[in-house]
Amino acid sequence: MSVLEMNNVKKSFGSNNVLKDISIKVEKGEVVSVIGPSGSGKSTLLRCATLLETMDSGTLSYNDTKAAWMEENGIRYTKNLNEVRRHFGLVFQNYNLFPHYSVIKNLMDAPVSVMKRDKDEVRRECMELLSKMGLEDKADAYPCQLSGGQQQRVSIARALAMKPEILFFDEPTSALDPELTGEVLKVIKELAESNMTMVIVTHEMSFARAVSDKVIFMDHGVIVEQGAPEELFGNTRSERTKQFLQNYNNI
Amino acid sequence: MTLATMIMKMSEGLGKTCAIFFLTLLFSLPLGMIVALLRRSKIKVISKITQFCISVLRGTPLMLQLLAVTYGPYYLSVAVNKLSDLYNWSFYLDISISRNKLIPVVIAFAINYAAYFAEIYRSGLESMPVGQYEAAHVLGYSKPQTFMKIILPQVIRRILPSMTNEIVTLVKDTSMAFTVSYQEMFTIGKQVANSQTSFVPFIIAGVFYYIFNAIVGFVMGRVEKSMSYYTM
Repeated sequence: MSVLEMNNVKKSFGSNNVLKDISIKVEKGEVVSVIGPSGSGKSTLLRCATLLETMDSGTLSYNDTKAAWMEENGIRYTKNLNEVRRHFGLVFQNYNLFPHYSVIKNLMDAPVSVMKRDKDEVRRECMELLSKMGLEDKADAYPCQLSGGQQQRVSIARALAMKPEILFFDEPTSALDPELTGEVLKVIKELAESNMTMVIVTHEMSFARAVSDKVIFMDHGVIVEQGAPEELFGNTRSERTKQFLQNYNNI
Repeated sequence: MTLATMIMKMSEGLGKTCAIFFLTLLFSLPLGMIVALLRRSKIKVISKITQFCISVLRGTPLMLQLLAVTYGPYYLSVAVNKLSDLYNWSFYLDISISRNKLIPVVIAFAINYAAYFAEIYRSGLESMPVGQYEAAHVLGYSKPQTFMKIILPQVIRRILPSMTNEIVTLVKDTSMAFTVSYQEMFTIGKQVANSQTSFVPFIIAGVFYYIFNAIVGFVMGRVEKSMSYYTM
């Protein structure tokens, strides 16, 4: 049973075919990194998986619960999309924290007002999450008072507070300077060690290599190559992948 | 007439001035939000019709709208009854010019200000980064929850300065009610000025409006300050 399964996903914006027949499968506890040049469709794939975009065709399921499937007259999404959303969390490139809420309220509000869970229990859990992130003293601060790295860690904690089975990261460190990037990558690494299932769209090659069980290289809306990191980075088969990775090594 | 008598006489109209002011806010603030949402409707017909209504309300004088709402229904009924006589229809409209002018005045003001408020709300709604909607969406907030908890509080903060502007204008616009002889402060002032052939009542009116707006400015400043605990 896979936590996430997407098959034959196609998506275009106007005449621009962003995803051309993509299939991926993520098993429980697996960490999958998606790399590739800008415009290759990595983010769109993530946005399709998290229901921020609707696919033109293809299937999507979480833990064998079907979210979208093909019928004779095209793609159908389940009516119960909120049920589907319980399966995953998403960490954005620019955090998207709620600026008018304190850190702790950012974490607590969705579990309390969406999942209708007990407030005290949620508070306990969220404080625990914050201390895991090294931010327990920032509970009452507002996002604008935090550094970018701290904000991104809060947004990771906010996603975790919903107890997702799988966590998506959309270029989580692209808005951060190298020093702050380190503190966020460290948190993601700890999550990987605690067997969190994750899909990470990233430009951090050495990080992807170190943390992933599987790396997917995408270009022009197709998966060019995928495999274990030592395979993909050490024993690259595709010319296109080689060319892409070369640019990183040259820096 | 002494200065004190003039002030006393005009003060009697202050209650009515305040009535126009507060009732207009009470109705136009929520109405404006509804109009703003209709204006942003994905259904083209709805947004186009709303856009047209806004353009009429903003493009014609408030004074004209006051006259239309106050006397329009009566003249309309007269016209209909004449037609009815002419063609032997068997129905007649019985509409007289309402005695309590407050109702048509507030209706006209509320509709007019709703149009302006709607555009201010819209500017606030459109300034919201799409990421806020997406974050709420992924966390499972329903559409009403997203709007009430995430979007609206931030929009209010963003539009407060333009709102203050509009509310200050409303204070001064209440004087427009003199066109339909509603006995608010300015109307009385004008009557006093005529009967005493004196300019003093207008100066008193100016002072009244200035004090009123000083209070508005103070209150809105407080509200802005109370919401400035975060930056976007």
